Amino acid sequence: MTHLRNYLVATALGAALGAALAAVAPAQTAPTEPVAAPTPDKQGSTTNDPRVGLKAGMYDASEAISGMDHLIFLKKPDVFQIHASSPDDPEVQKTLAILGVSNTSRMSKPMQMVIAQLAFANSDFAFEGNYLFQGNFYGVDIYDIADPAKTRLLTTLVCPGGQGDVSVYKNLLFMSVEMPNGRLDCGAQGFPPPPAPPAVAGAHEALHGPHVPPANPERFRGVRIFDISDIQHPKQVAAVQTCRGSHTHTLLIDPNDPDDVYVYVSGTSFVRPSEELAGCSDESPEKDPNTSLFRIDVIKVPLAHPEDAKVVSHPRVFMNARTGVINGLTNGGSHPGERGGTTKRDLAEETPRDTNQCHDITVYSAVGLAAGACSGNGILLDIKDPVHPVRVDAVSDPNYSYWHSATFSNDGTKVVFTDEWGGGMQPRCRTTDPLNWGADSIFTLKGDKLHFDNYYKMDAAQTDTENCVAHNGSLIPVPGRDIEAQAWYQGGISIMDFTDPMHPYEIGYFDRGPIDAKQLVLGGYWSAYWYNGAIYGSEIARGLDVFKLKPTKYLTQNEIDAANLVHFDVLNVQDQPKIEWPSSLIVAKAYVDQLERSQALPASQIAELRKAINKAEKSHLKKKQVAKLNELATQVDSSVAGAKDPADANRLTALSTILKHPVA
Amino acid sequence: MRRAAWLACLAAACTVSPAQQSSQPVIVQPGPPGAPSKTLPPDATVALPKDTPADVDFMQGMIMHHSQAVVMTAMIPSRTDNVEVRALGKRISLSQTDEMKFMKRWLTARGEPTSMEMPGMPGMDRNGKPMGLMPGMLTPAQMDALGKAHGREFDRLFLTGMIQHHGGALIMVKDLFNEPGAGEDAELFNFATDVDSTQRAEIKIMQRILKEIQ
Repeated sequence: MTHLRNYLVATALGAALGAALAAVAPAQTAPTEPVAAPTPDKQGSTTNDPRVGLKAGMYDASEAISGMDHLIFLKKPDVFQIHASSPDDPEVQKTLAILGVSNTSRMSKPMQMVIAQLAFANSDFAFEGNYLFQGNFYGVDIYDIADPAKTRLLTTLVCPGGQGDVSVYKNLLFMSVEMPNGRLDCGAQGFPPPPAPPAVAGAHEALHGPHVPPANPERFRGVRIFDISDIQHPKQVAAVQTCRGSHTHTLLIDPNDPDDVYVYVSGTSFVRPSEELAGCSDESPEKDPNTSLFRIDVIKVPLAHPEDAKVVSHPRVFMNARTGVINGLTNGGSHPGERGGTTKRDLAEETPRDTNQCHDITVYSAVGLAAGACSGNGILLDIKDPVHPVRVDAVSDPNYSYWHSATFSNDGTKVVFTDEWGGGMQPRCRTTDPLNWGADSIFTLKGDKLHFDNYYKMDAAQTDTENCVAHNGSLIPVPGRDIEAQAWYQGGISIMDFTDPMHPYEIGYFDRGPIDAKQLVLGGYWSAYWYNGAIYGSEIARGLDVFKLKPTKYLTQNEIDAANLVHFDVLNVQDQPKIEWPSSLIVAKAYVDQLERSQALPASQIAELRKAINKAEKSHLKKKQVAKLNELATQVDSSVAGAKDPADANRLTALSTILKHPVA
Repeated sequence: MRRAAWLACLAAACTVSPAQQSSQPVIVQPGPPGAPSKTLPPDATVALPKDTPADVDFMQGMIMHHSQAVVMTAMIPSRTDNVEVRALGKRISLSQTDEMKFMKRWLTARGEPTSMEMPGMPGMDRNGKPMGLMPGMLTPAQMDALGKAHGREFDRLFLTGMIQHHGGALIMVKDLFNEPGAGEDAELFNFATDVDSTQRAEIKIMQRILKEIQ
């Protein structure tokens, strides 16, 4: 009952305010009530879905799929797991011993198998040419994807340190390291504690006794750079140390600087002592204006001399531009309604969350902007000067727990942010978890200001033993629509259309049952990215899955064919590439399908367009057939003005452009 | 632009060279920057860092710590109508209940007890001393006062108490990472880092609500 009331208030008020705000200057808005703290104003996930009730299992879980074909699954390579099928195998026992599991008799046998797998979690992807790079907490796997259905492992690079976020550019592979076991020499031994003194105090004292910061010059936390000129023998060429390590990083290719590549480093972990890396400080900005908190790090990598890579700036992206306070983005503690604002931007400036870190940054050089998902806030940066990004907007949301990642629409008018409520380790897609918590939020970009439109959450109820929340995704380049493939950990992969930012909806999915029916075992998809005609899923515990799109009532073969015309030479998803489609009749057919679906043109005109396009294709663009297309283009033009929404107007315009100048 | 650069690079053979590929996957362990890499045998396995006593203490201590937060949030429905306190309480309760399950799973899987108590001796730690409170935990007197309060007074005690409580969790995370060899387990590292960022954000929300009701 309360839920329903809140929901109605939130949507009605939100819509009214949205309209009002669009029309008047922010200072004039006088909201009737402030936006509250977290509001579970929506019901949880649905149980009415084929993904509900799937059988559990590490490698024999049952599966549900829609809108895709599953091409291949590859288990993690042996080096990143124990290669034994029985928990009684000496290999398993040996690994458990290495893990420090002293008394295996207290554990159930299936649990023993599971625990031995966890430390080698798979993470993010990068792509170049026919190679896929899959990060792992213990290194990187390199796969040959020349034929996606016959994906095969080429190289396993062993180099621990978590979480192994990867990027690739030309002959260089970049890798994030944040954990305290990371070593300069890629060794797997970590930094074992010295032997305990004979008379150990109680547990409590052990935790709170005097501390000597465990500084160690051999420790590495930051961004590693490997030369992959020989794909089966990568070599470490540089290791750039940072104070908080690198949880994620983002490559930035400056169109005006062909000689260098830049790396934006997001560190979310603890600051190491200055004894280990000079200049590091975790003091508050009031105590130390040079604190390592409240900043990102920028590394400049000379392509000809990657060994000279170094940190060149520490942009204070949370600074209050007016006062110069470096924790100025959300510091203050005033009431969100005090200034009369209830937009998410007003909240960002006024709710007192001390955002001191970015989790991930997506740069979109084509529009000169980056979207930063920065724990308590979503921020927008002007990156025209890559070394000195400048914040141009910031939003927050009381329903958001942790701003995690961001994706632009291809035309740069929308941004999809994600909320990683629970850090990805908890089950957050149950019937009791609200659909606006741990969800995507879709913003429209007007100029350089973000306006919230709606949430999207994969809504098939998952179990208590499936970690599930919004995670990494990338655009599927269907012309005329904004479509994203996205990972939801053990909630599977969800393909979402956000062309209309107020009404995002799902058009396809893949999901497996939980890894274990009784225990939550960390797993599921870290990332789901489209690359040159296939969708790749990085399964944390199990391995690698490859899919291709399949036509459904939500997506036609023509739309899939048009997407598959797009070819990337390299894809680092957080360095978002601008997608451009050829002026091909395949693309025209995709638009015609969309205009039929949205009923933007009468059936007779759709039929006439299809006939003319098919004839032109068959004739290999003979003059007479092209003339017919030109004629139809004029008709299409005349419908643009009356289109019922911007998406249809864009499709009509794009269709007409192709019909006027089709290419083979 | 980028395509052109990539093709030029291919022509100059400055990038990956498929010709040298072997059909069998290769396992490589790089050396320090500038040093050559080692090729490992096909059946190589790698060692994992051991869990330290500090890791285990952190998890056991945090279970005790979280359980008090859940007890505190359970008081909310019968004691206050403040919408913001109720919503925040719901989130803390959901989050920390699940996190307790996670920590128990982590400990159980490693054959460790989920409590710091000495078996068979409630209220005693494993050295036979009376159990202390983890940093930031409310004293029995504080818990008693909270349990007796209603309305705005409850809100005030809940928020000041939970801010104190969350502050203790941040100390526990900081202490963990100051311990040599601790925090090298991937799950524990992720969990501790998430506790830090989530509770830091929640403290700020609670400070704001507290300011509003005073």
